[in-house]
Amino acid sequence: MTAIPLPTARSRPVHWPRRIWRVVQIAIVVGYCLFPCYWMVVSSLRGPDAIFSNDLLPLNPSLVNFRGLFGSANNFGYALRNSLIIASFTTVLALLIAMPTAYALARTRMRGKSVVLGLVLAGSMFPGIALLTPLFQLFRDLGWINQYQAMVIPDISFALPLAIYVLSSFFADMPWELEDAAKVDGATAAQAFRKIIVPLAAPGVFTAAVIVFVSAWNEFLLANAFSIDLASQPVTVAIATFTGASEFQQPYGTQMAAGVIVTIPLIIVVLAVQRRIVAGLTAGGLKG
Amino acid sequence: MTVTTRPDAERTPRPTGMAVGTGPSGCRSAGGWLVLPTLVLLGLVIGYPIVRALWLSLHTEAATGDRTDVFVGLANYLRALVGRDHGGFWNSVGVTVLFAVTTVALEVVIGTLLALLMQRVRRGRSLVLGSVLVPWAIPTAVTAVLWKWMLQPDGIVNAVLGKKILWTGSEWPARVAIIVADTWKTAPFIALLVLAGLQLVPPSVHEAARVDGASAAQRFWRITLPMIWPSLMVAVLFRTLDALRMYDLPAILTEGANGTTTLSLFTYQAALDQARFGYGSALSTITFLFVFAVAIAFVRILSRRIVAGAGAGKVA
Repeated sequence: MTAIPLPTARSRPVHWPRRIWRVVQIAIVVGYCLFPCYWMVVSSLRGPDAIFSNDLLPLNPSLVNFRGLFGSANNFGYALRNSLIIASFTTVLALLIAMPTAYALARTRMRGKSVVLGLVLAGSMFPGIALLTPLFQLFRDLGWINQYQAMVIPDISFALPLAIYVLSSFFADMPWELEDAAKVDGATAAQAFRKIIVPLAAPGVFTAAVIVFVSAWNEFLLANAFSIDLASQPVTVAIATFTGASEFQQPYGTQMAAGVIVTIPLIIVVLAVQRRIVAGLTAGGLKG
Repeated sequence: MTVTTRPDAERTPRPTGMAVGTGPSGCRSAGGWLVLPTLVLLGLVIGYPIVRALWLSLHTEAATGDRTDVFVGLANYLRALVGRDHGGFWNSVGVTVLFAVTTVALEVVIGTLLALLMQRVRRGRSLVLGSVLVPWAIPTAVTAVLWKWMLQPDGIVNAVLGKKILWTGSEWPARVAIIVADTWKTAPFIALLVLAGLQLVPPSVHEAARVDGASAAQRFWRITLPMIWPSLMVAVLFRTLDALRMYDLPAILTEGANGTTTLSLFTYQAALDQARFGYGSALSTITFLFVFAVAIAFVRILSRRIVAGAGAGKVA
């Protein structure tokens, strides 16, 4: 903490030490965050002979790990399909449930609002492990083990609090004169919600959707318990349980390739809406 | 669920001309209906398991699998707290608290440092913000596998350190491995929250302090830190509760070996791997009460600051 540089006045001449320090600042932050990811990409491109190399560049890059991923031993295609279905359903359903609630919290003078807020807050702090045994028994009795709904329904409840916080903070900041105008023109509260608020809130809703999708895509604890068949496992469970050529050999190259495939689409979407995500996350004050 | 929805008031048509000045949307009871799906879902997925786990924890005999008809009183709880499993149980409590304290402390320090580094970045701001979001977006399961790979005996971490540490092979290295992986993944998220708090510090205050001869360190301790404190405490609260339920990292990185079994992992193993549902339910109820108690204690201690922080971080 020796130097927190102050903003340079525009009229000042170029200050080289300060400029270099600023590049170093960026390099520290980016390096901290991205080096492990870079290493994942580099390792995924190494063939079995080179996998233990610690060269910083993938000399002789090979796609053998990516090919192995979709071979018969791992069936990663199933896992991708499962995660896509689970996360998509979770996102759509969580938003359908969260939007009216967020609207009510942000805009109506509903009685018992603090009770609802408290319950939602409690829901966000709830340890997932406490759901495990009762839900496992329930889903087993219903024949839902290895079924998507066994993962979608708990995922919705995990994502709901954050979605509600993000949405209600967006809703609270919207131009509400328009809603009143619609009501003056004879629209009901429901119509005002559907025709005025929903289109205006679309960016906020999209942000919430990305945050919910990421959280469902990343869920591991309950999926690990509720998906036993290889054919129903989402990517997180599949990556953790990949088997190597022998029992004692971890298939690291394959795991790194899987990590790259699982992470890259997520990163692209998150980067595309990064400013809104940052705003949404800091508004929610919660971890996704 | 004490939601006052007044269903009959909803059904009876309002007399025309009656001004219902009850709020911005002018409709009290609609609010109740709008939050109903959320309450139903949370009730089913969280409320039901709490009650069911409580019932199960009092009923199953610890050793007999999933027979649920025998009332055994507090036997399952006693087994964990003072009985034959108390060694493993208290060990996992200690490990959980150790992980929570160390990871949250490290994440706050590193997150604040990252935020201070990011604060003045103008050009390259989106690069910096984007890269900070990457560890957040990576699934914890992938994080675990990635760090397991980097912490191999022949891996990049040992190569950089110039040492040959068997990271997952003994107690403290295995714990350090989990702390490092968790800190890497979550410190950037804290950095985002701190950055949001930093933006509330008016530059003029810093400028004035600098003119008065305050050093950078003094300005940090006397101005910046007190002003970001509320948002920092909110982050600490949520991160602590999150860390107390840690499962993914120890389950994948070390499989709970060498003193890395957290309370969640211990419960998972008892409930599912050993198929002891009553005992597992007792453990999960204890975990729930433990997290709940910590949450209440936190809110009590910090309530004033959280109220102050609600303005800053817009929580609640």
